[in-house]
Amino acid sequence: MVAVRIIPCLDVRDGRVVKGVRFRNHREMGNIVDLAARYRDEGADELVFYDITASPQKRSVDTEWIARVAKAIDIPFCVAGGIRDVTTARAVLHAGADKISVNSPALERPELIGELAAEFGSQCVVAGIDSIREGDQFRVRQYTGDPDNMVDPRRNTFEWVSEVQRLGAGEIVLNCMDSDGVRSGFDIDQLRRVRAICRVPLIASGGAGAPEHFLEVFRQADVDGALAATVFHSGLIAIPDLKAWLGKSGIVTRSKSPEAA
Amino acid sequence: MLVSIVVIDTGGANLASVVHAVHRLGAECSLTSRAERIRSGSRVILPGVGSAGTAMAALREAGLVEVIRSLTQPVLGICLGLQLLYERSEEGDTECLELIPGTVSKLEVPDRLRLPHMGWNQLHWTVPQDPLARGVDADDWYYFVHSFAAPTEHAIATCEHGRPFAAIVRKDNFSACQFHPEKSASAGTRILANFLESQP
Repeated sequence: MVAVRIIPCLDVRDGRVVKGVRFRNHREMGNIVDLAARYRDEGADELVFYDITASPQKRSVDTEWIARVAKAIDIPFCVAGGIRDVTTARAVLHAGADKISVNSPALERPELIGELAAEFGSQCVVAGIDSIREGDQFRVRQYTGDPDNMVDPRRNTFEWVSEVQRLGAGEIVLNCMDSDGVRSGFDIDQLRRVRAICRVPLIASGGAGAPEHFLEVFRQADVDGALAATVFHSGLIAIPDLKAWLGKSGIVTRSKSPEAA
Repeated sequence: MLVSIVVIDTGGANLASVVHAVHRLGAECSLTSRAERIRSGSRVILPGVGSAGTAMAALREAGLVEVIRSLTQPVLGICLGLQLLYERSEEGDTECLELIPGTVSKLEVPDRLRLPHMGWNQLHWTVPQDPLARGVDADDWYYFVHSFAAPTEHAIATCEHGRPFAAIVRKDNFSACQFHPEKSASAGTRILANFLESQP
């Protein structure tokens, strides 16, 4: 049986890991390779590196640090931020990333997802979706890495979830913006509704503040993985403790220490 | 450790990771699509990400189909590299290397399971005395990413997602993993080390 995945997300700005609250006030969290190696040793199942400056500045991700991460760790990792064509995606994958996540550029030009899937296979292509509640609707947001340049692409979240799957995305990371950074739990209602129309792996993002939130999202929204940043970076939640506790609660995790072999 | 590990350059995307993993084990390793370099490797790794059709077209264009078929040293296929060892793949109805009898087919999963089969899963060792199994724990986890899979005949370890499929296969000097040993933390490193230490 496939284990659920616990995924620390490392927001990268100018080659350093940072973390903000509700996408603002970014604070430095440390060196990329050191943090990546620490999470690998603690039993993280996968890492996501999100270059938060790449998309708003219309530049693509720097591959130098990707190669350093690939040399250092032996768990899968995904790179997001500013990947807007096959050439850039190839450079990121050849540098050693296992997956590429596209968000704003896919909203600019949805066929990008199909081009990437045709070239590298769906298993490499993750659709990142930033979603916000508007009354009784859920809507997608674009360029969320820079609040001053954020765009409303006039798309309904559920329609976009269906479309990215049809285009060939092999995984969806749904970032629920209303709960992001406030540590009051994942948006279970929204994730359940997306789960119902999502046949590919679904990763929950935004809102993790306590171990109970992870149990809740796996039990109630049936997601395949949960992504978080602050609670891991700050040491508020230790990954080995979280996985052991989830395991006792009946959730299948890759619980044995990766150091044990 | 051992010398002249060769990783066949199939043009796929996870090649750097395989090379890094071999380096972490302290072995020399080169990435090449040149026939004479591949023939002279003491161990050969056939990686691959992407589709069966694209990968076979790349091998044909590089003139490597017969080269790979005629190798007598230990060979390890990884992920798509496992699938290419079979007679054919239903992915794009592709003729493959025909080193192992059987057809690779798409995983069919019930509603509660997802495709691709993406994430960490465990093995059932059917041939636990195989050299690749040395030092592994029965409950170790390995990282899988795939939608197509090979039948369980010739498997020395199987995995299950919707149906049982080959997780590790062996036929003569050819072995292969459906999971990514280079991305499976210490458990995967053990498998790679066992391969590098295997006897011709």
